[in-house]
Amino acid sequence: MNRLKLILLQVAVGLGFLLLWHVLTAYPILAPTKQTQFFFSTPLDVLARVWKEFASGEIWRHLWITLVETILAFAFGAGGGILFGFLFARRELLAAVLDPYIKAANALPRVVLAPIFALWFGLGIWSKVALGFTLVFFIVFFNVYQGVREVSPVVLANARMLGMNERQLLRHVYWPAALTWMFSSLHTSVGFALVGAVVGEYLGSSAGLGYKIHEAESVFDVTGVFAGMVILSIFVILIDFVVTLIERRLLVWRPAPSTNGQG
Amino acid sequence: MAPSVAHRRRERSILMPESPNAPAVSLRSVAITFGSKVGGYTAVQHIDLTASPGEFIAIVGPTGCGKSTLLNASAGLLRPSEGEVEIFGAPLHGLNGRAGYLFQQDALMPWKTALQNVAVALEPKGVSRKEAEAKARDWLRRVGLAAFVDRYPHMLSGGQRKRVALAQMLIRDPEILLMDEPFGPLDAQTRQIMGNLLLDLWAANRKAVLFVTHDLEEAIALADRVVVMSAGPEAGIIGEFAVPLSRPRDIAEVRLEPAFHHIHKEIWASLRTEVQKAYAQGEGASS
Repeated sequence: MNRLKLILLQVAVGLGFLLLWHVLTAYPILAPTKQTQFFFSTPLDVLARVWKEFASGEIWRHLWITLVETILAFAFGAGGGILFGFLFARRELLAAVLDPYIKAANALPRVVLAPIFALWFGLGIWSKVALGFTLVFFIVFFNVYQGVREVSPVVLANARMLGMNERQLLRHVYWPAALTWMFSSLHTSVGFALVGAVVGEYLGSSAGLGYKIHEAESVFDVTGVFAGMVILSIFVILIDFVVTLIERRLLVWRPAPSTNGQG
Repeated sequence: MAPSVAHRRRERSILMPESPNAPAVSLRSVAITFGSKVGGYTAVQHIDLTASPGEFIAIVGPTGCGKSTLLNASAGLLRPSEGEVEIFGAPLHGLNGRAGYLFQQDALMPWKTALQNVAVALEPKGVSRKEAEAKARDWLRRVGLAAFVDRYPHMLSGGQRKRVALAQMLIRDPEILLMDEPFGPLDAQTRQIMGNLLLDLWAANRKAVLFVTHDLEEAIALADRVVVMSAGPEAGIIGEFAVPLSRPRDIAEVRLEPAFHHIHKEIWASLRTEVQKAYAQGEGASS
């Protein structure tokens, strides 16, 4: 019922923003249009640029690079996070010993690592994958660690009373519990994988969306910067949509949030 | 058919742990202390309890008296601090593989459907998936959930989840059934229905049952023998009563029989006087 109304309101907010932007840059209200257009460009110019990027086919190569980096960063980060999350949750001593180091590593702002990764892995996609990895790894790691440790003791005791051995417990109890937690952070971790890729490209590369934006910035091409941001946003929304589809498919067993509070 | 349980079997043979007359479960002077031995919390002590094969025993007592602790000891989930647990004459090491356990809380795997939850119980026995699913379907039909096989636990009501858990326990055909206030969270009518379902399934294939409940009426309606425990800590068994009601029983109707009232009165009198005695002792000690 309210779905149509919601969409209309969402569109109205977007159009209102574009209209405001257009009016303020097309007419000399706050400052001469020459100035405002230099600093803020105009929505029509930005849209035209976005269109041109797609029409010329120039952007596809960059999108592809960024997508590959994002997927690789997510895959490696999630894989490592799951592996170490499991290991730490099942080996108390290991977790206790390495706890301060994990915290220290997680506290580090990842951007400072980017030049090091560029040094180690070159300016190709792998330095960006490495940066995304450091972001994704910790999110997945902490979630899986928590998920495995907080498996309901009753479910666990019941599974053991059913005669399950360690391997079967892993498969039927720990693994699904850990996956649940991982998927609950899927949106965040995929988002971070993309951030890692784009920031990495921004700081040093020859392809990708981050590179496109950086390139435009270096010649004060505000239209180009905004066009890059628009393309990036569309990209994020599409990826998020795909993640939502995957999540729905994999977590069918979970109660709908509406019947279970804001769990 | 159950041998007299008034005296325990003293002459257990080490050479023949599987003697056919061995009790299904035997707790001997069991005490369970949590925390350190000195200054720890002793939940139960001096527990002597024997369940013969095919015997339905209900354990009643006030909340927090350590009834569940006894079940966990019989299941091998908990090691007694003192005394011994024997299963069919053999000392229990590790988990009790011959027992099924029905928990008070939801113990189903939420990420598996009803069918998967029941079928997975056969995996440790090495049953193929196809055969396990066929059997699980049959068990879900027996507990009245034929139409709900593909539902996930959160899509089922509390009573339905208990039915799935019951099927999950029984599909393995355990020789001992341990039940920890299994119907506690359910409403009164669902409890009666579940009680009758349990009795029907049990009558078809009699196992030794240890059924923990705080509801004396439920205990009498279900069991052959009611074991009464005192309030914790250091709870013990303060009485055992044979229930002289014929089977098959209907949980709702059996409550109307004079014999039911009689035994209820008898057990309650014992329970009350013992509790009062314990209370009076506590008062004396504190003053």
